[in-house]
Formats: sequence, C-alpha cells, structure tokens
Amino acid sequence: MQIELTINEKAVKWEVAFDELLADTLRSHGFLSIKTACDTSCCGLCTVWIDGKSRLSCSILSLQAHGKKITTIEGLPKEAEEFAQILSAEGAEQCGFCSPGFIMSVLAMKNELVNPSEEEIIHYLTGNLCRCTGYMGQLRAIKTFLGVA
Amino acid sequence: MKSVGHSIRKIDGMAIATGKPVYTEDLAMDNALVVKILRSPHAYAKIRSIDLSKAESLEGVECILTYKDVPNVRFTLAGQSYPEPSPYDRLILDQIVRYVGDEVAIIAAVDEKTAQLAMKRIKVEYEVMEPVLDFEQAIGHSSIVHPEEDLSCNFEIGLNKEKNIASSYHEEVGDVEEELKRCAVVVEDVYYPQAQAHTMMETYRAFSYLDHTGRLIVVSSTQVPFHIRRQLARALQIPASKIRVIKPRIGGGFGGKQTGAGDVFAALVTLKTGKPALIIYDRKETFTCTTSRHAMRLRVKLGADQDGIIRAIDMQVLSDTGAYGEHAPTVLGCVGHYTLPLYNKTRAVRFDGHAVYTNKMPAGAFRGYGATQGTFALESIVNKLAERLKLDPTEIRLKNISKVGETFLTGQGVMLGSTSLDQCIVRGKELIGWDEKFPRREVGPNKVRAVGMAITMQGSGIANIGTASAEIRLNDDGNFTLLTGATDMGTGCDTILSQMAAEILEIPMEIIIVNAGDTDTSPYDPGSYASSTTYVAGTAVVKAAEELKSKILAQSAAFLGVSREDVELNGLAVRTLSGDQEISFAKLAELTILGTGKLQLVGYATHGSEVSPPPYVAGFAEVEVDRETGKVDLIDYVAVIDCGTVINPNLARIQAEGGIAQGIGMALYEQVRYDELGKMATNTFMQYKIPTRKDVGKVRIEFEVSYEPTGPFGAKSIGEVVANTPPPAISHAIYNAVGVRENHLPITPEKVFLGMQK
Repeated sequence: MQIELTINEKAVKWEVAFDELLADTLRSHGFLSIKTACDTSCCGLCTVWIDGKSRLSCSILSLQAHGKKITTIEGLPKEAEEFAQILSAEGAEQCGFCSPGFIMSVLAMKNELVNPSEEEIIHYLTGNLCRCTGYMGQLRAIKTFLGVA
Repeated sequence: MKSVGHSIRKIDGMAIATGKPVYTEDLAMDNALVVKILRSPHAYAKIRSIDLSKAESLEGVECILTYKDVPNVRFTLAGQSYPEPSPYDRLILDQIVRYVGDEVAIIAAVDEKTAQLAMKRIKVEYEVMEPVLDFEQAIGHSSIVHPEEDLSCNFEIGLNKEKNIASSYHEEVGDVEEELKRCAVVVEDVYYPQAQAHTMMETYRAFSYLDHTGRLIVVSSTQVPFHIRRQLARALQIPASKIRVIKPRIGGGFGGKQTGAGDVFAALVTLKTGKPALIIYDRKETFTCTTSRHAMRLRVKLGADQDGIIRAIDMQVLSDTGAYGEHAPTVLGCVGHYTLPLYNKTRAVRFDGHAVYTNKMPAGAFRGYGATQGTFALESIVNKLAERLKLDPTEIRLKNISKVGETFLTGQGVMLGSTSLDQCIVRGKELIGWDEKFPRREVGPNKVRAVGMAITMQGSGIANIGTASAEIRLNDDGNFTLLTGATDMGTGCDTILSQMAAEILEIPMEIIIVNAGDTDTSPYDPGSYASSTTYVAGTAVVKAAEELKSKILAQSAAFLGVSREDVELNGLAVRTLSGDQEISFAKLAELTILGTGKLQLVGYATHGSEVSPPPYVAGFAEVEVDRETGKVDLIDYVAVIDCGTVINPNLARIQAEGGIAQGIGMALYEQVRYDELGKMATNTFMQYKIPTRKDVGKVRIEFEVSYEPTGPFGAKSIGEVVANTPPPAISHAIYNAVGVRENHLPITPEKVFLGMQK
C-alpha cells in the first residue's frame, strides 16, 4: 500500500507492505545510516525523529509514518557533523555502528532539555546502548557540545 | 614526536559516526540471495530424515542445502594461525546436531519472507539423545558429544573425545605440594566465572559473490580475513587462491569475530548457485548460535610465607568449550600464561586444566581470552591471602609483583622488559582514596561503601607465532600508500598504524592512504586479536617505513649527486645538509616511477616477536551496597594502565573505558544462561543485560607510561588487558562492604542478599 510522508524535508510517496517496519523501509530507500541491532526495541541504534521527536524506527510500522515528518541523520548534515567532530575528537565513536542513532538522540536532547545536568543527560540517553566505549567518552563529548561542565 | 603520542581522530571517524554506508550490509548487492539457517531445537540429536519437498517448491526459493550437500571434511571456525591448535571437529552441516541452534539446513531465497516461509516448511525428524549440559559432569558422561571417527587435531592438544575432553594442559615447575607444606599460610577457594556474550552492536554478517574470473569474493564482518580465507578453502574444498576475503568497517568484535560465523553458509550458496548471497545473523542468532566467553571452574591454592611473599600457586581449571572446540586449548592455556607471571617470588607453580565438550553453544575467543577468568580467581585468592595475613591488599601486590629484568618460573628465562605496575598501584590507590576508604565506611542506616582492588596482565601478540607484514609505497604523485592486513574493527588501528608511518617518514598523516584487510591486496596479517596489532603490526609498519625512508634518502642523494650521508628529510622533500639543494617527494616519485628511474620505492617488512611483553592494569572499585536488598551500585572505578608508550591517548582511553565497562558487566550483570533442556534463556537484550550508561558509575583512566624496548616507540598492547580487573576488584569491594564472598559471577543482588543471610 502507498504512504505519503516527508523524509528529510522532501515529500515522498512510498509503496510499503502492511507489516513492514520503518527501519527496513528507510534502509530500502537508501537511508543506510539506519542500523538495527536488537529486534527488541532495546538498543536505540535505529533512532530517527518523527515530527521532531526521537523514536525507534524498528518499532514503528511504516504505515504509521503516513503523513508524518521523518528526519534521519542524512537530513541533519550540519548539526550531525558538528557533534560528530567532537565525538570523534574524543575517540568516542569507536566502531561507529551505534553513532548515528546516538547522535539523533543527542540532537533531540539538545532541542528538548535546557542546560541538562549530568544525571539528566544520562537518563535521557539510557536507551542508546554502546558496547565499545563504556559511555564515558560520549559523556565528555556531550558536555563539550552543550557547553555544560 | 609529531604524530605518535597525539590524540589524532580516527581517519574513518566522521564517516562511521555520521552513518555513511561503509559496513558489510551497506555494501551488499541489492540482488543478493537472502540466506537463512534452519537450526536444531534439540541440544543433542541425530537427524533421521529431512523432507524439503514443500519448501523447495516455493517460488523464490533458490536452494536448500543439508548435510548431504556439503564436503565431508572437518574444520575449525577458530581464527588462528596455521596449524590451528583448535580441533577440526565440525562440518559445514552435520547429521548430528550438538546444541540448540546448531545448523540443520541452509536456505537461500530471493527475499527474507520467502526464506522464512521455506524454513517453516522443512520437515525434520530427529533422534533425540541425552545432552551433556553440566560441564562439571562432562568428563565420563554417558553421552559423547563428538563420537565421530574423523575428528582431528593438527598437533597434540590433549584431546580425549571418549571422555568429552577437547583439550588438556599441564604445566608444573617445582614441587607444589612440598612448597605448600612449607608455607606459613595457605588459602584456597573455587571460582566460577560465567559465560559472557560479546554483544557487539553489529551482529555477524557476510556476503559473497563470484567476480569476473569466477573467484569467490566474501565481504565479511570479521577480525581475521586471512584465517577466514583458509577456513573457507578447507571447508569448501576449493583452493585458497580462488577466494578473496574483504573486511570493510566493522561494528565491534571483542574477539567474537575471531571465530567464523555465517561466512561459510553464504559462500556455499554462492558456489552452488553462482549468485550473490547475503547472510545476516539477527540478535537472537548472535546470542544463541555463535560463541561466548568460556565458563570455567577454577580451584586455586596459594601458599605464602609469614611476610606475605607468595611461594606456591596451584591452579586447576575446568573450561566449558560447548559443542565445538574453537579456541578451547589456547584459552585454557592462557588462563595460566597471563596470571602465573604476575607474582614471581614463587618457588613452585602448577597448572592443570581440561576444556570439556558439552551440548551448549560453543565458547570462543573473547577479549581477555582466559586471562579474564584466571585473573578473577587469582586476584580473588590474593585478596583472601592479604586478609588472612592482615596485610593491605595493595602492599601484598607491591611485595610480590615482577620487576624489570626479572624472570618467572614458567617463563623459560624470558626477562621482563618493562613494567610500571608498581606506580599503577600507587597511583590508583591515590585516585580512589584507598587509605581513607579501605575497607568500608557506613554511609547511612542500611548503606555501606567499600573499596576493592585487583591487578592484571595480558600479552602483546603471540610470541613466535603471530607475524604481520606491512608495505608502504611512495606513489606517483608523491603521496604514500600503507598496505596492512591488520583489521580495524573500531579500535582505530588504521589510524595508529598511519601515525607510526607518518612519524618515521616525517610526513603528515593526510598524505597516507591506508589500504587494509583485503586478502588480495594486503600483506599477510593474522588479524586483530591477541592484543597484537599495535605491538606486532605496528613494528612491521615501523620497519617498512624505515626501509622506505632509507630508500628515499638514497635515491634522492643519487639524483642530487651527493652522498647518502649528506641528505635529510625536510617536509615533503629531501634536501642536502647544507640546504642548497632539494628534491620534493613529488619530483622523486615522478623520476622513479614515471620517468627514467623505473623503480618505484617501496618499504616492506615482516615482523614477529620472540616475546609477548605484558601490559598491566591496577583496578580499583568503590561500591555502595544496600544491606536490605543486596543491591550493589558501582560508584567509582579507577584503572591505571601500563601499556608502554601511549600511541594515541584518546583512542587508548576509550579502549580502556570500554574494556572496564565490559568487565563491570561481567562482574555484576551479564550471564549466558540455559534452561534444563539446554535452550538458551538469555537470547535477547531483554534477558541478557549489558551495562547501560546508568550502570557503569564513573570510570576513570590514567596511564603510567613505561617503555617497552621491543615495542614500536616503546608501546605494548591495551585492547584486552583492560577487561580483566573489574570482576575481582568489584567482588573484593562487595566482600569488604558486607562480608559476602561470592565466587559465582555475576554478583547479583539476590546472591548478595542471600549471602548476607548466612
């Protein structure tokens, strides 16, 4: 069936199956920043924005994206690059596989929280797993990015 | 130094962080067949019959393969240098299935839905047999996991399949029994480090196709492309020259991707159909059908004199290798190799171990590789000894650890070339506030805080076995290409190897092109494992760069009409010492490659080390325990590290923080568990808990630099050693807090609570 949505500011009409997940639809249309790693809505790698809010694209049917505004990291080149520069200066992307979803959550957090404390940052991002870094370097990068000490 | 020692960002950092399509799945062809595996529902069974008729008739099913369709040659999936110590005990598909999840049939279809539907339509009749599930009951069990006659080993590893023993290892120096009798204090205990899952974020995956000459190309998320090529050649019975393995960007490995998974199934489909094929293990398959850390039982006995000098160590190990023996002998051996040399005042040591087959998922390589398990046992018993002798745990270490120039009993005379472990202990003590906090402080009516500690070592590469080659070329435009077989899996070795080359050649890193991890174009490298890349591949790069530098100077001098001694490097040029003549690299390249020179300048080196110098960590944990519930909060973790010279401080710090976090997971949260029928109960992140950012407390890393004379720029390894201290240090802190000595990992609130009731 056909859905109409806005993807990274561009209106599109896509054919999708009734049981197709948004993460798979996005990948099949070439948005290869979308990674999945858990099948149980636990890891946060597939995070995109739906109408500006960060959401797990593995846990949403593509049909539910009808009429919505979807943003992937491909749609935020400037903001993503700005934070990625800081993240990779820390070495805290490591394998990089969780980074796009993590960055989408960080950018959403920046929009939602004003001057967040360390505790609030950690709480906001708990749904983004990372097996490489132990999270400390990510926190250093976020603090630099947000200008909080 | 301009490159080495600086926190240079990874050369691929921006691409991978912003989601550019550079991983295996991103590179697969859209028309690749989807490969799925039908897996055994039984822990131990023989296939009586397989009926494919209803599955094969489905439109879109390309092929379905069973044990009748595969070469009858056993091999190992362990990625190790030839001849592999791991037993050749598996077929691509076997009539006997040995664990829940073992492969029964390979299905290739045009899309995932068709493949899944076909899988459901395959009818298999099994003859179910009694499985061996408890590894402590494996030796002498009535069921034999590997009854087959054609199982073989490349050399003697102490395999006794009738007794379910995959490998045995014994090492003894001095008379342990006599020495223990002479000791003033003897302590002993039994430790059970658990099976742990790697849970790299990118699950196992590979795709394959035939190239324009009919060769099999396999693009794989692997740490060991050269080993995968050799493995495929044997398993598929085709010459290695007909296979090319390419490693793109990798989403984490931690040793898991030192064992093959899936490559052979995709490759077989491509060979049978001539078509591209893609296999992606989902998370459940990654949890249940690949490998984990070896669960072990370690009985340790330690004897010391009245002053706390450790005189005898006796270690008896039982290791659960699961259904297949990947890495069974080597992980077992490393339990002793990476623990016994820590304390070298011993007069006698004994190590006796068996790795046993059971009907569970195979164990394999996992960061730490036996050292993690051995460290948990040895460091826990040393903490017990310190308490018995009323010595501070840090002091007993300082009295007993090895010093530069010293040897150790089982070390065959090899002298320790570098250590700053003593400074690591002293500095860690300061950072955690040991003197104020040891052993415990009450912080509320039911809350107590306490500290604990442990030390550890690992190796740097595998002495006399691991060899790496590297090549550096001066290209036609004056740039350079570094060719290496080392496999960056997020660790940053493409970057640090470039840093080393840039340092020697006195050039900026930007003009070095790195080409790595492709068996067609890379010089041989066993791959990134055994903490070898910085130390072994790094030295190969240094040697290759030095050779190229020497050639550049000689050739430039010839062009300038002066002697070799009269020139030096100057930016991207060579000039005479007097400074009156200069030739740029670009001109040099033009003259040697394009013009009359006819000799492209190339530096090439193969390096293997006769020693495997140990990096060290002193780890300190502070925990808060709730006396009412047994809940443990990790407050602070300090790790002070001796990895020799730190080539890239930020990348080294991240490696360390990540390793500590994995160790924290092992200490407190993670466990691969099975039900009574041998089915894994922890097959998703819902049941298998890796630490989130709320569970790791604060992790603080410092480096105490030493200089390893055999390492590149004085460097040793860091990748694995960082995983080892948290289990014993956190266990120690919990004991100091509430007096519960929990020797079964992970130390969950239930165990602490029940321990407090005793």
